[in-house]
Amino acid sequence: MSIFDLSVAGAAKALKAKEISAVELTTAYNAAVAELNPRLNAFITTTPELALGQAKAADARIADGSATPLTGVPIAMKDLFCTEGVRTTAASKILEPFIPPYESTVSGKLKEAGAVMLGKANLDEFAMGSSNITSGYGSVENPWKRQGSDAKLVPGGSSGGSAAAVAARIALAATGTDTGGSIRQPAAFTGLAGIKPTYGRCSRWGVVAFASSLDQPGPMARNVEDNALLLNAMAGFDEKDSTSAEREVPDFTAALSRGVKGLKIGIPAEYRLEGTNPEILALWDKGIEWLKAQGAEIIDISLPHTKYGLPVYYIVAPAEASSNLARYDGVRYGKRVDGEDLIDLYERTRAEGFGAEVKRRIMIGTYVLSHGYYDAYYLKAQKVRNLILKDFTDAFAKVDAILTPTAPSAAFGLGEKMDDPVTMYLNDVFTVPASLAGVPAMSVPAGLSADGLPLGLQVIGKHFDEETVFAVSAAIETAANFTALPEVRAK
Amino acid sequence: MSYTLEGRTGNWEVVVGLEVHAQVISESKLFSGASATYGGAPNAHVSFIDAGFPGMLPVINKECVAQAVRTGLGLRAQINLFSRFDRKNYFYADLPQGYQISQFAHPIVGTGDVEIELQDGTIKHVGITRLHLEQDAGKSMHDQHPAKSVIDLNRAGVALMEIVSEPDIRSPEEAGAYLRKLRQILRYLGTCDGNMEEGSMRADVNVSVRKAGEEFRTRCEIKNVNSIRFVMHAVEAEAMRQIEVWESGGEVVQETRLYDPSKGETRSMRSKEDAHDYRYFPEPDLLPLILEQEWVEGLKSSLPELPDEKRARFCTEYGIPFYDAGVLVAEQATADFYETLAKGRDGKLAANWVTGDFFAAMNRTGKSIENPPVSVDALGQMLDLITDKTINGRIAKDVFEEMVETGKMPAAIVEEKGLKQVTDTGAIDEAVTKVLTDNQDKVAEYKSGKDKLFGFFVGQVMKAMQGKGNPALVNEAVKKQLG
Repeated sequence: MSIFDLSVAGAAKALKAKEISAVELTTAYNAAVAELNPRLNAFITTTPELALGQAKAADARIADGSATPLTGVPIAMKDLFCTEGVRTTAASKILEPFIPPYESTVSGKLKEAGAVMLGKANLDEFAMGSSNITSGYGSVENPWKRQGSDAKLVPGGSSGGSAAAVAARIALAATGTDTGGSIRQPAAFTGLAGIKPTYGRCSRWGVVAFASSLDQPGPMARNVEDNALLLNAMAGFDEKDSTSAEREVPDFTAALSRGVKGLKIGIPAEYRLEGTNPEILALWDKGIEWLKAQGAEIIDISLPHTKYGLPVYYIVAPAEASSNLARYDGVRYGKRVDGEDLIDLYERTRAEGFGAEVKRRIMIGTYVLSHGYYDAYYLKAQKVRNLILKDFTDAFAKVDAILTPTAPSAAFGLGEKMDDPVTMYLNDVFTVPASLAGVPAMSVPAGLSADGLPLGLQVIGKHFDEETVFAVSAAIETAANFTALPEVRAK
Repeated sequence: MSYTLEGRTGNWEVVVGLEVHAQVISESKLFSGASATYGGAPNAHVSFIDAGFPGMLPVINKECVAQAVRTGLGLRAQINLFSRFDRKNYFYADLPQGYQISQFAHPIVGTGDVEIELQDGTIKHVGITRLHLEQDAGKSMHDQHPAKSVIDLNRAGVALMEIVSEPDIRSPEEAGAYLRKLRQILRYLGTCDGNMEEGSMRADVNVSVRKAGEEFRTRCEIKNVNSIRFVMHAVEAEAMRQIEVWESGGEVVQETRLYDPSKGETRSMRSKEDAHDYRYFPEPDLLPLILEQEWVEGLKSSLPELPDEKRARFCTEYGIPFYDAGVLVAEQATADFYETLAKGRDGKLAANWVTGDFFAAMNRTGKSIENPPVSVDALGQMLDLITDKTINGRIAKDVFEEMVETGKMPAAIVEEKGLKQVTDTGAIDEAVTKVLTDNQDKVAEYKSGKDKLFGFFVGQVMKAMQGKGNPALVNEAVKKQLG
């Protein structure tokens, strides 16, 4: 077995048993990054020396018995988390020279747990995108290939660099952030498991903001158990984030073996969209059978406002983004393009610093908040958002979890779906409702498409009931027995 | 008699509403732990939150909320147990986040009331529309470098209370009285130092004019006026300008204006068309602010006595006139000084001394109530010397001046200079006899009906006794000897 076949749990075991040292593990991963990153572009910034230093410290902790399950585990950090002393770009040119003097709460917790940071993973600029093609630092290549084709595919987005790095095994696990599907959709596109926790479960402090009421950090890894291990370290109340939840964090790994016997699983009729790839629907049916076979009760439910999810999301998220991104003005940090006067400086800096998708969303967001349009767009959207939340609350009065597909298709080719942003936005159709409702949702790799690409199923749970999400996801994982590997990977 | 301005077409009434920005007294800023103290080297009190760094999040400062609630209570206003922050979006170099966190739709304090007193003693009520919490911006300076502007973010993020009045004010005098009263209440509460020169209290002045009985006409807003005097001048100047516009057949357009104190006039800053679209929306980084009634009650019960109540109490408790009580409560420190002095003494006597010789000495020496020309203890001992008849009122004035001059205690001065009042009737009789003997012609005039000379004899006796005679006894002795 190769060192790259290890899971986080497996690596922790091997490290603890001193079968391998953290320095050996990190050295191997550093080398894999150096070999494959030029092709995949999964990292914007690599930090091999820093990683090695952290690995040495990890070995010391393992030796003195103060190690956690993440001590010495090499991970990729989405370049949306501010990391002290390490450049943080949000994949935007406007932050190209920005080196934060502080560490985000979540990356800090992982650091404290002893995780080793290999580098800062690529993403869509400011996390705005579903394909990682909007990055200011080049697109990311999906390590998976369609059978018999060498066409480059997208890894999904916005956490595309994180997904590609873990799938290609140049990182053992990664952090992501999810605003409308940015963890779940790339996880599905690359054969990984990834969870968007309940809004408020992980602190947003130090995470470059896209849409504050939706953004939520979460892990991405090769299996469900690894996600539980990472989330154990990432979650928790943070007094620096007023929207983080002041509640206990359970041991998520304990939920993995609960099983689904007696659980009620809801199947929402509205997710059976016309025109959805029949392969996806077939996989969904398979998932239903798996859970039924393990003793779950399948219940047909309705989430009647599902069809408004995307329109609501594409009003609320850009509205918040238009305000959140106002601080990138060239005055205090980041890129500055000098101008004749202040307004000129703003215009030049932001024209050069932001990419097309970011500009588009700032324009949409500014428009929907404008005087005379606010009621018709933003206020209406907030009202519908409440109805979507109510859909879930009503459903969860009847069921313990909900099963849906993660994305309407498998990974698509670089250059496909690029001409029309609205087509691109449709990628988020199954993931956005859970984001708007703030409920936890996980994508689990469940099978392959006819042309050999991974497909994911999504498990949605009640607020702060990640445990049931983990239990159901683990059951699907077991039944699916997904062992396929991408073509491009460290060996 | 209500205030009007005379135009060519008749008299005009002035309608004024004030929006006062009062900087909250607190250790740290509204949403960050950075120091909120005035001064300091530029950019010395700035956190990453204040500077709008990526990923930074606001966390509400409970003390600022308490200060806003205290102020609301002091303004006899509705305290809203539910309030919410919104973002007010606009670009400016000293606004690091690109938005100001403010309360737009749901302010923490609702309608209230302020009582003002005018020169002629009239009491008037000015309604409070609302009070909300918001962050201050930083400061841009354009005169420090030939080609660049420099920015100081020390003030960025400091908590402000915006206190909005109803358009109930009808004259410059009322505007001034309202601002003075508001400042007095804030200072009593300890929620704002009210220092307009340092900018910790600033006013936006909304002015319109109308003919008697009309609906409100279009108003203009004069931004950021930084003294009470300027507010009063600005109201008049702007009202005159608007009257001129209306009377020459024009129409006043709603706009934001600036007051230029050197020219005594207002000028246009931006028109309604150029007004910012602030794109207010609920601040997603903060939860709604929910207060518990119990907590509000706790603040209420620990509120200091406010000027209106204190004034009424001084009148009843110390038996002093309403006017004097008003003078004494103007500043909390003065009221405290007076009350310490008056406790267990003659309240009227204490009031006369504080508002009379003591204030005069304070003005003359340039000292303050915090650092008084005569300590409250010393002044109290002096009053005691008057009351127990050790000295008389006339001598007391000399003793007081000596106290101001030397800082010595009154008893020591009296002792040293032998200023003790003479109550020995033998000595007094002797002095009276001598004066009458020396002025026999005057005695004759007195006896033939010139009663006014009585005072002359008393004066002469007092003079002969170096002012130390007990006035009542001297009076009595003169009367007796004159038969």
